[in-house]
Amino acid sequence: MYIVVIGCGRSGSYLANQLSKAGEDVVVIDKKFGSFDRLSAEFTGFTINGDATEIETLKSAKFDKADVVVITTDNDNVNAMIAQIASELYQIPKVMVRLLDPEKEVIYRNLDVITMSPTNLLVDKFTREIIG
Amino acid sequence: MRIIMVGGGKVIYYLAKNFLAKGYQVSIVNKDEEYCQLLARELNCLVINGDGSKPDALREAEAGKADAILSLTGNDPDNLFICQLAQREFGVPKTFSVVNNPDNEKIFKELGVETIFNTTKLISLLIEQRVEVADVNNLLSIEEGRINISQVILQKSSPVLGKTLKEINLPRDIVFGCIIRGEEVVIPKGDTQLLEGDKVLIITLPENQGEAFAVLSGE
Repeated sequence: MYIVVIGCGRSGSYLANQLSKAGEDVVVIDKKFGSFDRLSAEFTGFTINGDATEIETLKSAKFDKADVVVITTDNDNVNAMIAQIASELYQIPKVMVRLLDPEKEVIYRNLDVITMSPTNLLVDKFTREIIG
Repeated sequence: MRIIMVGGGKVIYYLAKNFLAKGYQVSIVNKDEEYCQLLARELNCLVINGDGSKPDALREAEAGKADAILSLTGNDPDNLFICQLAQREFGVPKTFSVVNNPDNEKIFKELGVETIFNTTKLISLLIEQRVEVADVNNLLSIEEGRINISQVILQKSSPVLGKTLKEINLPRDIVFGCIIRGEEVVIPKGDTQLLEGDKVLIITLPENQGEAFAVLSGE
């Protein structure tokens, strides 16, 4: 599979490392060059230093060829814009996005985008541990 | 008309004043607390100190009752998010947004933002047209700049003086609207001669505009 990971912070880099180790083709995009230091020695994919809200950056990542896009930047509005470009304009089959502020989930209603909210996941897990 | 404006710095103050003078109901959402205090003091409108990309802030700004939202922040993803949130969550019928990166105009359009002000494109167009030929005036852009109506004043140096419309080699896709000659308005026909001082109104596609100016002004 060809997977594009956007945002190379703690989550993005960890995911990219895992996927690359599992033998998938991975490209990571991040605005800050220094973020790529988080990638492990086992990472065999490509890195692109650029702003993923710019079409040029997405083109250089061969966005049109992607099977999966995972968006993990630390800005919900940026994530929402990239997710819609991926899903609506590029018709990428699987688009996943990290959602920091659960209130902003409404923007994804009726869109073919999978949202993951760390807050919700954590709270669900805690709740299940506590009251089952 | 109820209109919500988000972000915008100084320009928002003058826009709000303008809209209020027209009798519109205005609410402003801005992140800067001090600026909000100033706006609230100076303007008779609802001012919300908050992040316009959060549902709470838009709710406070009474988005459910608004007819239009205008997003003016310097950050394109924020502008897109604000317009979409207003549209999808609060059913605001009209969305206006500024785009800072000209490439985003197309993206915003395809993602449902209705009217887009492409500041970079607008400013560079204005400058180019002013600088290139001083005797050319861009009167009007229709359909977000897909058609332009402009006026060229024929100077002494113009190579088309004394020629008829049939004789000049105009590029395709250019329509002569009319010629203003002194007090008179001439509807041009193939045998109409062009004279010095004529104000020629032309309708063009933006991509042919430069060529048309070159033919008429000789520059």
